[in-house]
Amino acid sequence: MNRYPAWKYALIAIALVVGILYTLPNLFPEVPAVQVSTSKSGIKIDTTTLQTVEDALKAANFPYRGAAVDATGVKVRFADADTQLKAKEVLQKALGDNYIVALNLLSSSPRWLASIGALPMYLGLDLRGGVHFLLQVDMKAALEKAADRYLTDIRSLLRDKKVIYSGIAREGTNVGVRFRDAAERERAYKEITDAFPDLQVNTFDAAGESKLVAGLKPEAQKRIQEGAVQQNITILRNRVNELGVAEPIVQQQGADRVVVQLPGVQDTARAKDILGRTASLEVRMVNEDPGALQQALAGQVPFGDDLLYERTGQPVLVKRQVVLTGDRINDAQPGFDGRTNEPAVHVNLDGTGARIFKELTRDNVGKRMAVVLVEKGKAEVITAPVIREEIGGGRVQISGRMSTRESTDIALLMRAGALAAPMEIIEERTVGPSLGKENIDKGFDSVLYGFVVLAAFICAYYLLMGVISTISLAVNLLLLVAVLSMLQATLTLPGIAAVALTLGMAIDANVLINERIREELRWGDTPHAAIQAGYERAWNTILDSNVTTLIAGIALLIFGTGPVRGFAVVHCLGILTSMFSAVFVSRGLVAIVYGGRKKLEKISIGQVWKPAVAGMPSK
Amino acid sequence: MEFFRIKRDIPFMRHALVFNVISAITFLLAVLFLVLRGLNLGVDFRGGTLIEIAYDHPADLARVRTAIDKMNLGEFAVQSFGNSRSALIRVPLKQGLSTAQLSEQVMTALKADDPTVTQQRVEFVGPQVGKELYENGALALLLVSIGIVAYLALRFEWRFAVSAIIANLHDVVIILGFFAFFQWEFSLPVLAAVLAVLGYSVNESVVIADRIRENFRKMRKASVPEIINSAITSTLSRTIITHGCTLMMVLSILFFGGETLHYFALALAIGICFGIYSSALVMAALVMWLGVSREDLVKPEKKAGAAGAEKILP
Repeated sequence: MNRYPAWKYALIAIALVVGILYTLPNLFPEVPAVQVSTSKSGIKIDTTTLQTVEDALKAANFPYRGAAVDATGVKVRFADADTQLKAKEVLQKALGDNYIVALNLLSSSPRWLASIGALPMYLGLDLRGGVHFLLQVDMKAALEKAADRYLTDIRSLLRDKKVIYSGIAREGTNVGVRFRDAAERERAYKEITDAFPDLQVNTFDAAGESKLVAGLKPEAQKRIQEGAVQQNITILRNRVNELGVAEPIVQQQGADRVVVQLPGVQDTARAKDILGRTASLEVRMVNEDPGALQQALAGQVPFGDDLLYERTGQPVLVKRQVVLTGDRINDAQPGFDGRTNEPAVHVNLDGTGARIFKELTRDNVGKRMAVVLVEKGKAEVITAPVIREEIGGGRVQISGRMSTRESTDIALLMRAGALAAPMEIIEERTVGPSLGKENIDKGFDSVLYGFVVLAAFICAYYLLMGVISTISLAVNLLLLVAVLSMLQATLTLPGIAAVALTLGMAIDANVLINERIREELRWGDTPHAAIQAGYERAWNTILDSNVTTLIAGIALLIFGTGPVRGFAVVHCLGILTSMFSAVFVSRGLVAIVYGGRKKLEKISIGQVWKPAVAGMPSK
Repeated sequence: MEFFRIKRDIPFMRHALVFNVISAITFLLAVLFLVLRGLNLGVDFRGGTLIEIAYDHPADLARVRTAIDKMNLGEFAVQSFGNSRSALIRVPLKQGLSTAQLSEQVMTALKADDPTVTQQRVEFVGPQVGKELYENGALALLLVSIGIVAYLALRFEWRFAVSAIIANLHDVVIILGFFAFFQWEFSLPVLAAVLAVLGYSVNESVVIADRIRENFRKMRKASVPEIINSAITSTLSRTIITHGCTLMMVLSILFFGGETLHYFALALAIGICFGIYSSALVMAALVMWLGVSREDLVKPEKKAGAAGAEKILP
């Protein structure tokens, strides 16, 4: 009686082994480390970089505890935080501006654990310290910006086609054009609808005046807004990279919001400053006098020129006068040169931009122009191509000596030079590192002390069955930590509270079972029958009560954000692991303890009191 | 050890009216406080800025107040937090002043006053986010209620579903009443606690409902109140022990979890205590008054319920 099938033991054993394996990494302390990565696509982080890093550290005589390269970059561990800080400076100097050297904490768990994907739990910002920003993209501004571009385009179109209009202005997110006579308006209507398929044109007739209002079609609006958010995210990523944060998160939330999480960042003022910065793109002419460049490199930059560098480090002497600004770029896409099949970037300029560019290229065939990105007062030459012919129509192709990856990159930078729409911080949560540490300790304490008291009580009340309940509760904790580590779900302080709460609730299943067994014994069942009946009868109730708790957990998961979501994740997972451990594990243990005995006289479940008066229902 | 030696079923249902009157009064009081005082909504829901600061010596709150007062922020509050060296500053939203930069300005002013001050934590919630969190919270509460009613109606019977949700929403209102009465801060974690309590107290109702159903099958001759009394009495031991155990964990959070989890744990503790009462005494009585009968439960039970579920376990 009360034997348990072998496959169930196997299942429990597998769960335990996996549970222990994935819980293990959490037991190793974190050690200070430096992480080297890059934001430039032209640069690869590989064993060569690793070699450079190791050489630099050896040259500076810094002891380190091992260096490795993986998908996120080169990671070097150090014995203490002091060496870590100094090493960061040394490495930044040795590697230069193209690399991001960031401080990080890495688990000291053995490499074989990491290789099977066993990582420590992913701590939320309230536990590890850091900044969380929620930024809102101003969608109306994005549409107004688009309308501004169309305004210029329509104006030059009408001028080109010699359509006579009396006035043109932006009206909110629309462009309004007024005409003295309706025939001209009809011509304009036709020209505009032909040239700009994205525009929805409506005509109005007011007293003595014909009017035409062009607005973006809903699908075009949607595209522009989506593009604006994407573009802002790209820019934010580039900027965050400069902060030297080890594991930054920049992602879209909802239709018009962006979440930025910077673990470990303390200087929030600087973080806000960098996130809110504006960048701009400029087209300038190159001073091609080789002598002037030599002079400039020697320290004498000719008047009216700037000595800038390409991303490859190539010096370029460019004129200070800006011929075209990035505002004039409607779009930039990577592609290929139609004739040579070389990778190229196709840039689409707006009306005014196209006209300026046409004049510029007509006058400067054979000369070099430079596309310059100015960010935080620092200018960098993205590309400096030679102008081969006059380019009209606003479609510009930039090509020459680039890989497909570079062309993608340049296109992105040209698009991403400036924010597509202004952003505003609408939520901020910052937690200092000492507070984070404190939170971990407090959370750990509440789980530990609660568990100890609970275990002591259950063991005293239900004796051996109580010990079995406690073991299954401990297995529940083990599995919960393992699942959290496996899923890399974010653990927050309310999440730790949820661990404690889940344990407190999970004991319910054990109490239900034990009480049921006692009750069956009270009515005179044999111990084996009582165990059997106890587990069977309690199962229905356990299932029902856990489903209702799960409903609450899932609703929290759907509607919760930040710390509350952390609570909900642990709560839901805890319910699942507790069902497994309360039913499978404790049943298995009972079968081990009592299952083998043919004649079971007594179960160690504490005193079973039998009423002298038969006032209760009989079976 | 055996705490509960109950000789015969306790006639809970005889006093059903008394219990429900007590419940109704508590409920009305809670509603009254909610209406009169309202919830002290935290930064999460109302929007605004919250800054936790720490000094390396006991904080002089009056000096902190004077330093911030000079900035002309309008209404603000400074209170001690956790230990004597820490303080919490709250600045509500104000037109034209509420930006993410506010925390920096405050810190600059405090640093000028006393350079040992360090910023421990900042929470800034803009007006639009606060409103959304509030709406999402209400929506979550609604969704949980609907979900639970649907599940219980499917698994038991509509009378149980309606009674359970009334009994448990009454717990929620009472928790909120406590928060209104004492003007404790109602934040996001507290909302999470309230929803967790809702799910948890329904457990209790489920256990009793399960027993009522089982008794309807076993006790063929007993009357409805007798059956309910027996169900409550036989689950009483389990109820008290389970809730006691959960309460131990919650008290552990309350005592060791620090200031951040204080109100979260408090809400849970209140919810657990009232959960016992409402499930056992309010829900069961409501089921009785709604006119539950043997035919409502036993028939569908034989078709799907127990027969299917019992096979899951060997």
